Order: sequence, then structure tokens, then C-alpha cells
Amino acid sequence: MLPFLSLIIFIPMAAGIIILLLPAERREWILGTALAAVVLDLLLSAWVYATYNIAAGGYQFLEQLPWVPALGISYHVGVDGISTPLVLMAGVVVFCGVLISWNVQERPREFFAFLMFLASSVFGVFSSLDLFMLFFFFELAVFPKYLMIVMYGWPKTREYGGMKLTLYLFIGSVVALIGALAIYFGSGKYTFDLLELAKAGFNVEFQKLWFPFVFLGFAILGGIFPFHSWAPDGHVAAPTAISMLLAGVEMKVGAFAALRVGIELLPEGARSWAWLILILATINIVYGAFIAMIQSDFKYVIGFSSVSHMGLVLLGFATLNEKGLLGSGMQMFSHGVMTACFFAVVGMVYDRAHTREITKLGGFFKKMPWAAVGFIVAGLVSMGMPGFSGFNAELPIFMGAWQATPKLPDLLGGAQLSGAVVAIIAILGVVITAAYILLVARRVFFGDLPAEYSEVSDVTVFDKLAIGLLSFIMIGLGWLPGMMAPMVQSGVKSILAILGGT
Amino acid sequence: MDFITTHLLSLILFLPTLAAIILLFLPVKRVKLLRWFALGASLIPFLLTLAMWAQFQSGTPGFQFVEQVPWYAALSSSYHLGIDGISLLMILLTTLLTPLALLASFSVTERVKPYLFLFLLLETGMLGVFMALDLLLFFVFWEVGLIPMYFLIAQWGSANRNYASLKFILFTMAGSLGLLLAIQMMGVVTGTYDLVQLFKVWPNLDTARSLFGLPVESVKSIAFWAFVIAFAIKVPVWPFHTWLPDAHTEAPTAGSMILAGVMLKLGAYGFLRLVLPLFPAQSHAYAGWLAALGAMAIIMGALSAYGQTDFKRLVAYSSINHMGFVVLGIAAAAWAAGTQDATLALNGAVLQMFNHGLSAAGMFFLVGVIYDRTHTRNLNDFGGFYAVLPIYGSVLIFTAMGSLGLPGLGGFVSEFLVVRGAWPVFTAATALSMIGLFFTGAYMLKALKQVLHGPVNEKWQHHLSEINVRELFVISPLMVLMLVIGFWPASLLEVINRAITMFKF
Repeated sequence: MLPFLSLIIFIPMAAGIIILLLPAERREWILGTALAAVVLDLLLSAWVYATYNIAAGGYQFLEQLPWVPALGISYHVGVDGISTPLVLMAGVVVFCGVLISWNVQERPREFFAFLMFLASSVFGVFSSLDLFMLFFFFELAVFPKYLMIVMYGWPKTREYGGMKLTLYLFIGSVVALIGALAIYFGSGKYTFDLLELAKAGFNVEFQKLWFPFVFLGFAILGGIFPFHSWAPDGHVAAPTAISMLLAGVEMKVGAFAALRVGIELLPEGARSWAWLILILATINIVYGAFIAMIQSDFKYVIGFSSVSHMGLVLLGFATLNEKGLLGSGMQMFSHGVMTACFFAVVGMVYDRAHTREITKLGGFFKKMPWAAVGFIVAGLVSMGMPGFSGFNAELPIFMGAWQATPKLPDLLGGAQLSGAVVAIIAILGVVITAAYILLVARRVFFGDLPAEYSEVSDVTVFDKLAIGLLSFIMIGLGWLPGMMAPMVQSGVKSILAILGGT
Repeated sequence: MDFITTHLLSLILFLPTLAAIILLFLPVKRVKLLRWFALGASLIPFLLTLAMWAQFQSGTPGFQFVEQVPWYAALSSSYHLGIDGISLLMILLTTLLTPLALLASFSVTERVKPYLFLFLLLETGMLGVFMALDLLLFFVFWEVGLIPMYFLIAQWGSANRNYASLKFILFTMAGSLGLLLAIQMMGVVTGTYDLVQLFKVWPNLDTARSLFGLPVESVKSIAFWAFVIAFAIKVPVWPFHTWLPDAHTEAPTAGSMILAGVMLKLGAYGFLRLVLPLFPAQSHAYAGWLAALGAMAIIMGALSAYGQTDFKRLVAYSSINHMGFVVLGIAAAAWAAGTQDATLALNGAVLQMFNHGLSAAGMFFLVGVIYDRTHTRNLNDFGGFYAVLPIYGSVLIFTAMGSLGLPGLGGFVSEFLVVRGAWPVFTAATALSMIGLFFTGAYMLKALKQVLHGPVNEKWQHHLSEINVRELFVISPLMVLMLVIGFWPASLLEVINRAITMFKF
């Protein structure tokens, strides 16, 4: 059997290196290499998704090579029911990112090379079964992200946004690294292998102490309140393709790592801190939606909507039960596709209007119907409309919340929080989302087209292809949740086994 | 052939969607082709419904034409369809009104393709609600119908469409929110979304249990009100009705036909299919409130209609008035469950749903016909049209009489049954409703007088063209059905009555 995961991880990296070696003026070679790499990755990730054996469950497509044996570090990859959909999602988003970047004029060589490195890094994190390797790929993303924001971003805020994002994530990863080293030394096994560490059986006090480090450290990249403010600034400052990857895939990298390292290695720690995550996630959902509603910048609306939606993922984690985790898995996929579509459309509008002030836009449906339809589909997903993927992801999260029974620590009285109340508060986020999405869609795409935009062109064929693919996935998963739910369920089952009972 | 007979409901449900998708690939410039394609495609579900009617065993209890396959297995939700006599009637109404509305839409000239596309999707959304036997699936279709209707109002409506469409969707979604929370909660508590199972499990929950820290009975009452408010907004029951006059007035003609003809029935159907069987105790306990609200809707609807100067708004308020009788009938049945009165009232309510579907669609269409010619809806601008447009005038009088419940036409039978059934149960509310009925006559006659009689407004003397053949094709099936039901109500009541006597709540 081919080493599918290694191919998925290293094809973009190789393509990035090749692109850097190409002469800068050979635009078509650069674009061709990048496109070939992402098409291959998309096909390979679809193959992995299609052939993953749900009945068998567990980690599949395993590969292991010694890397630094003296420290217990190995190159160990494999995917389970949680990470397989994420690999597919990353494949889709990266592919669409290249499609909509087809007309990048400024220094395309570096642009596509960095994009490829970023792709490698996210695939690496999703398939890592070695803690050191996970960190390695996690950090690998920092430089391309930073450089792409400051080089190609929105001139007004790119330096601020790029710096803020890098610092936040850097601090987050340092905190997580401290936790990870504690796990490494605390396990007494001197191995970074996640499967080995999972069997280490840390005592409860140890878990309670180190869980917040690992979980919060990674969850910063997932946009957890109150460390979320890098996200909107970073997303807005970034060029379109990077916004798609940042919000669509990178935020999932954070949440995924928080799940895999935090909750799966330190389950008792997760149980005792669940109350805090539950509260923070609820704030994420409602507060993020409120802030999104009052933005006047089109892209900031979407930036804050990601904060709100990632709150749902974290809420699902915090329930620590079957439904909640299933919903989180589905939501990570659904939100990745949805927000990629959002940012792609925002970029298309901005490229033509050169402004993102909602009040100055209008009537773009007439000029670019595909983009408008893409925005509406993504909008319906984000407001949790039945028949679209968002509903099938949010519903189990809310069901999980109804069932959640987190206890406050004894220090704070030891009372039991009501999951029902959390569900009722969190659903407010859905209403607010509906309101701002409808308002933004109406202002930007309907109404009268301002005179200065009467000459704007429609989107390109590649743009249409990207929007079409993303919309197709969102609607398909909305009507056929069975295409994904059983796989995520199999992944959830093994997490529940770690969490013990329930 | 086998596939068709075993998947009849799925075919009826998804043929409009399939047609909508095919429509996307037809050339946008060939407007005629698009229109005829959509119309032709929407006739197939109608014919299939007639075939289904022929095969339907009205004497057999339970659901028929059942289909069930796993849908969202992780949440124990399945794609479970099935119909009884009540749903059959509503499906017939939907598949009948959709082609008529599409024929009425031939006057739409702007962006015809997306218009027809949305219209066909709308049909699937509405049909799904009437077929679903899974709570989650019910909710999915309940919401799915919203989106096309929102865009139809927002994009093809008249002057105040932005306000009206936003109000429409926000009201409905606000109601859906409580409904969604209640549905989630029921799924969590019972572990299933299948309605056939829920009908058995949910009303018989162990009352000694506590749910989420509250006694079972309180949780059930809260869930009951969440359901009731969601459906009351859709019906709409006074005081949740304020979205309706705006939405109906601003929607394009065919949109108003479907809104009043079918979408309001979704709310009433929700009461029948979900609220009564799932919450029998709560329905009984709160039936008095519901009856009072129904009576209020009848009276306030009639008085408000009388006060309108906008023809379309007048017809819109008349819907509140007529749907009040449906609510009154349901309330009486909930209170007196199991008695002869309950059966009568429920028979009346269901028949009234069908009749109102016919008459409201007809009235909105006729308002649209006159609006297309005059570009105004102000009653004070009209006058003396009978002299200029005798055929239109006669059709309008006929339809208006059907709407106000003249004996011999459909509306009379159903309102009589509701009043007869509700009188012994809620005498005061029913008596008040009779006063409302009096005003129904008043506002209808006022509208007829202002449009058709009096001196001819000089402005229109030579500018009006008579109702054309296409328009007559739209209205005549409705008129025939009103007449048939009026003289031979047994044609429908047989199916309804059998469904209701077997209806367990």
C-alpha cells in the first residue's frame, strides 16, 4: 500500500521547494506546480476518506519510522474518525485556496511556495501520532503565515494583524509546549508517541494541573475566549487564500490539537476543567455573534463569526459526551468548508470593489451571481439552517449540551452546572447569526448597485469551481449526514473509551 | 413500476426539487420554455397525488405509503414518511395550488429562472412537512420552506418588500427557535426522533422523574408552549399575526397564493400532527386559552380587514379571520377529546384548512389580476369595474362568496361544522366568533362594493382589459372545487372523518 499520509503531507512541501527554485517570471510553471500538488492532495485525501474502514475504527494508514530514537521521537502518522474528515477538509480548502488565488499578480512564486508549506503543516498536524512531530508541524505554519500576512495582506493592518497573530499563537504554543514537556517527563516513559502516552495513566492531580496548559495553549489557535482577538484581526489582514486557510483549517488545527493532546491524554483533567471550557465556549458563541453583528467591515463580520462558530466546537468538547463530541467533529469539518467559502467570496467582492464597508456595497448579485449564491449557502450553513451541513453539526452539539453535567470545583462550591441552561443561552448565538447574515447578504448582494461598480466583472471560472465545490459539500452534508457521522462516531467512541464510561 | 408504488411519497416530495435542478440548466433567455417546463413538472406531483388518493385506504388506521430508511443514525433519526387522511388532503392542496400559482406567475417577467427555481424548492419544503413522521425531518422541512419564500418576497415583492420579508423570516425563526430547543430536549430525553415511537413514549413519561432539575410535568408544559408558539406564529394566531399582513401584501401574487393557501396550513397541521398527540394533557389544560385566542383572531381579523383601504391587505387580514376558525376547532377538540363534538369540530377545522386554501389563493390571485392592470391596490381608486369587466366581476363575486362562507360553497360547510362542534364546548368563544362572522360578510361586501360597484372611475374607463384565458385557467379549478365541496362535502369529509375518528390524542 502506498504511504498515503506521507504523500499528502510531503507533496505540498516538495511542490513549495520546487516553486522556490523556479524562475520568478515563469508564472505558469509556478501555478501549474501548485495546482498539481493540491489536486493530488485532494484526490489522496478523498481516497483516504473513502477507504477508511469505519467498522474497524481506530488509527489507520499508520506509518512509523524512527526519527530521534534517543529522545523517543519517531515519525508516526495515522488517522482516526476525527482526523480523517479534517484531512479531507484541509484538502478541499487548500485546493480552493489555490483556485481563487489564480490571479495573484504580486510575487506569485513566494505566495504559492508559502501556501504549499502551510498546507504541509496542517496535514502534518492532523495526522501526527507523535507529540514532538505534532509540535514540529504546528510551528512550521508560523513563518509562512506571518510572512504571507505582512507581505500580501491588507496594507492598512497587515503589520499589526500579522504581528498580533504571531505573538498570540506563539505564546499559546509555548504554554502548550510546557504542558507537553510535563507530559513527556511525567509519563516516565521518555517517549513522545501519543499512543504510548495515552496508556501512561497519569494520576488525577497531575492531570488537573497540566490540562489547562495543554488545552488552553492549543485552544488559543482555536479562538477560545478571551484569547480570540488575534483571529478577526489576523483573518482580515491576511490575503484571501490565507484567510480561508487560517479560519477554515488553522483554527481546526488548534481545536484538534487541544482535543488530541489535552482531552485524550489528560481525560481526568478535562473532566475537572469542563465547567470552565463550557462557560468560555458559551461566551465565544454569544459574544462572538454579537460583535460580528455590529461590524461595519464585511470581512470583520466573517472574522468574528468564526470566533462564534469555533465556540460551538469547544462547547461540544466540553460536554465530554457522545453527542457533543460527534457534533464537534462534524462542526470542525462544516465550519472549515463554510468559512473558506465566506472568505473566498469576501475576497472576490473586495478585489472588485476595493472596499469592504458594508454601507458602500450593494447589488453585487447582478454582477457576480455565483459569489452571491456561495455567500448565501455559507450564510445558511452558519445560521444552522436545516438542509445545510451546519444544522447537522450544531444539533448534536446542542443535544450534548443538554446532557452535559459539569461540576464546579469544590473551591467554587462544587455545584453542578445545568447543561440545559447552557444550551438555551448558546442558541441565542444562532439567532444573532441569522440576523447579521441576512443583513449583510442583503446589503452587499441585493439592493441597488452603486454607480461606481457598474463596470465590475463577474468572477472567473476557477472562482466558480471553488464556490461550486464548497457549496456542493455544504448542501450534500446537509441532506446526507450519514456520509460523515458514522466515521466521526467511530472516532468519538475511542475518545469515550479513554474518558471512561458514559 | 414497483419502485414508483413503493416510493410514491418520495417521488411526490422530490420531483419538484429535481425539476428545479433541471431548470438551472435550461437557457435563461428562453422564458417561455422555462415557464412551461416548471408548470409541466409541477403537474406530475399533482397527478401522482391523485393516483395516491385513488389507492388510499381511508378505513385503515395508522399511516400509509410508509417509507423508512436511516437518515441521521447517530441521532436515531430516520427518513420516515407516511400519510393519513389529514396529510393526504394537505398534500393534495399543495400539489394543486403549486401549478396554479406557477400558471399565475406567467406575468412575472423579471429574473424568471431563479423565481421558478425557488418556487419549485418551496413545494418540496411544504410537502415534506406534511409527509414527515420523524420530528427532526419535520423540522428540516419546516425550515427549508422558509428560505425560498423569504427570497420570493424580498426579490419579487412590491415596494415595502425588504421590511416585510425580514419581518416574515424573523418572526418564523423566532418561533422555530423554541421549537428547536424543545425538539432537541425531547430527543435527548427519549433517545429517538421517530414520531410513531414518540407518540407512545413522550405522553407517558414517568411523572415521578425529574428532568433537568424540574418535574416532568413542568418540562412538558414548557415544551408544549414552545411548540404552540412556533405553530401559532405560522397560523397565525392573534397576537402573533403581525407579520402576516405585511408579508402577504408585499409578496408577489403567486407567493401570496402559496403563503395563504398552504404555508398557513403548516402551522395548523403542526397542531394536529404534533401538539395534540404529543401533549394531550397540556392541550386539554390550555385549550380554553387557545379557544380565546382563536375567537380573538376571528373578531380582530374581521374588524381589521374592514378597516383596510388596501385591497390586498384586506384579503390578508381575512386569512387571520378564517384561520381563527381552524384554531377554534382544534381547541374545542383538544378540550372535549373523544366526544362527538370534538370529532365534528376537528372535521370542520381540517375541512376549513382545505377550503381556506382554495378561497384565499383565489382571492389573492384576483387581487393580483386587478393589480396587474391598474398598478394600485387602493380600494378608493377602484369603482364600477363590474360594468367594464363583467367576467372578472362575476368571478370575484363568486370567490368572495366562497370566502365569506355562503351556503352552497365550501366555506360554509367547514365553518358550520366548527361552530357546531365548538358551541357546546366553548359557548362564549363560539358566540363571539359568530359576531366575527358577521363582520366577515361586512368586509367582503365592502370590498366588492368598492371594486365593482358605484360610478366607474374615469381613470380606468378605457385602460382595463378583461380577465384573460390563462387567468381563467388559474381560477376555475378553485371555483369548481368550492362549488363541489359546498354541495357535496362528503367527497372530502369521508376521508377526513375516518382519519379523525382513528386519530388518537
